[in-house]
Amino acid sequence: MNALKQYIDLYDEHRQLVDSNSAPLLNERRAEARDALSACVLPKKGSENYEHTDLSAMLATDYGINIARQPMSVNPAASFRCDVPNMSTALFFLINDAWARTDNSFNKIPEGVVIGSLRKVAAERPELLADYYGKVADMSNPMVALNTLLAQDGMVVYIPKGTVVEKPIQLVNIFSSDCPLMAFRRLLIIAEENSQAQLLICDHTQNQEQDFLSLQTIEIVAKAGAHFDLYDLEESSHRTKRISTLYVRQEQDSNVLVDGITLTNGQTRNEYYASLDGRNASLSLLGMGIEDDDRRIDTYSLISHNVSDCTSNELFKYVLDDNARGAFCGRIYVAPYATKTEAYQANRNIVVTDTAKMHSKPQLEIYNDDVKCSHGTAIGQLDPQQVFYMRARGLSEDVAKTLLKQAFMADVIDGVRLPALKDRLRMLVEKRFSGVDANCTACGADCMSTLEHI
Amino acid sequence: MLKVKNLHAEINGKEILKGINLEVRPGEVHAIMGPNGSGKSTLSMVLSGNPAYTVTDGEVEFYGKDLLEMPAEVRSHEGVFLGFQYPVEIPGVSMVNFMRAAINEKRKYFGQEPMSATDFLKLMREKRAIVDLDNKLASRSVNEGFSGGEKKRNEIFQMAVLEPKLSILDETDSGLDIDALRIVAGGVNTLKSENNATIVITHYQRLLDYIKPDFVHILYKGRIVKTAGPELALELEEKGYDWIKAEIDKNEL
Repeated sequence: MNALKQYIDLYDEHRQLVDSNSAPLLNERRAEARDALSACVLPKKGSENYEHTDLSAMLATDYGINIARQPMSVNPAASFRCDVPNMSTALFFLINDAWARTDNSFNKIPEGVVIGSLRKVAAERPELLADYYGKVADMSNPMVALNTLLAQDGMVVYIPKGTVVEKPIQLVNIFSSDCPLMAFRRLLIIAEENSQAQLLICDHTQNQEQDFLSLQTIEIVAKAGAHFDLYDLEESSHRTKRISTLYVRQEQDSNVLVDGITLTNGQTRNEYYASLDGRNASLSLLGMGIEDDDRRIDTYSLISHNVSDCTSNELFKYVLDDNARGAFCGRIYVAPYATKTEAYQANRNIVVTDTAKMHSKPQLEIYNDDVKCSHGTAIGQLDPQQVFYMRARGLSEDVAKTLLKQAFMADVIDGVRLPALKDRLRMLVEKRFSGVDANCTACGADCMSTLEHI
Repeated sequence: MLKVKNLHAEINGKEILKGINLEVRPGEVHAIMGPNGSGKSTLSMVLSGNPAYTVTDGEVEFYGKDLLEMPAEVRSHEGVFLGFQYPVEIPGVSMVNFMRAAINEKRKYFGQEPMSATDFLKLMREKRAIVDLDNKLASRSVNEGFSGGEKKRNEIFQMAVLEPKLSILDETDSGLDIDALRIVAGGVNTLKSENNATIVITHYQRLLDYIKPDFVHILYKGRIVKTAGPELALELEEKGYDWIKAEIDKNEL
């Protein structure tokens, strides 16, 4: 049976309930999503671009879906303070996939900027979103279609022309449920001409022993001259799975950074699709994964250089310990007329044990000869000479290896453009490698104590 | 201090050391010389506990304890220091963090609290002066982008910080110009006392002009084939190794 059919049936059966708990703009796209979904077969494990992820197995657990939108009554922001030094953010929450009401009084946001519930903004100001919602992402991707079919809420960030949002925006995604739950998280980010903003997303899981699946789609539009940074920090649980599809469309002179950081997870499939559609657009796509036990991470990326003079820099690094599995498949496409393209792709990995595995597939597809492109991958172990040098100075094998793993991640951390986040990340990575659970208690964001009040 | 008896060791199944005997007492300086491939570096690696080498026979006592039983880091805590022929670059790990970890691991081994930040900085400053090491190098990644001379000075700096009982300096003179050689040798002499000992592994007499050995050993084909006073180094400088090789090879036939 097609694993997607259960969701189509669910939608057909509860269409009224789904629609009435969402907004007309979101509902309008569902028909197209339904058509796309019923036309496609879920890619099998081993098929092109899905070599190491079994989507049907990820979807197999009988997760509950909160289409009736059981409401959250308490405002998490009322008791929440991010107590990481210097990390002052405008803070928002998605509990599972529902926007949690936030007291905006201490989120000083410039006039004209819209940060809020996707459902609410889509209902009140559909004209802001109509050109982009469900149009930046590719509906022929089954995970996008599935998200669009059932997403009822999420987050909108709209930055008007020329506006600079100084304070980083932070979205905390929290899984909280006593039964297995699937969340359809949806984000739409529109950075108008010459605007600037930074968004930090943190994924947390409250119930560590519960099964969760986050099916997330993020659409980003960076208009001419816009600068936008997205840091997507995953600190979920061993039993949390995540399938994320991120689409970014860039116009001329725009500058976008997307950084996917997985500190703790269960199983993660991250897909990144970037379309460089205007000249001099520049993209940094960075990521790291720290995987141990039997955790899994699989990254797919497609960066399309569609016009001349664009630059992209891609770097993904993993450290795989115990029985962890990692996969990276990255493709850079350079169109026939996209001359003077500069595109660099690198994937480097440390496989610590004999039982951990890494698969890497870097790809370049270039249709003109006036480009500077490179791609490379490396899978290796910690250098025994470095370990011995450190041991000869009195560091135990464990300490030496921990220092080396931290050092390995240094260039990804250095790519972070938010100084406070860079410091915090350095600390989180250190704690993660030295065996202290990076999750939650070490984070300092203290989301969990907040939740007790909900 | 150090008693090496009939030491045999191999790497990747190839026997390199074929019965080394050596005794070092506090206050002594031993020079080990010998042609390329004779096993000099292997001896230093085996004594400092590199797991890539396997000891197949013999024993090594260090202050009455079985040195070969100890992992590399414990040998370091107990006072064995290896100055590397090729100091390893460790990008991303700063010299300061590295030394702090080294000091505090040693203190932990002896049941002491970690060193305070003030004491640590003071110690760094004091020891840097011994080898004239630039402060900037200390804040950089371990050995990364250091010149050959800076790497070797950095080795002696680490030796000064760790205050070992036995220092094994593996070709510390290679790749050094005459000024750097003087600084490095000066550092070694400053740190020398009647309580510690040094094994200097070198190809050339010139280092021994600065670091005066009490004994000179010639290592050939995995054995110490000749031991004498400092005059042996001068003789080697003049005559090369061929006469020794001929003598030994003739006896083997």
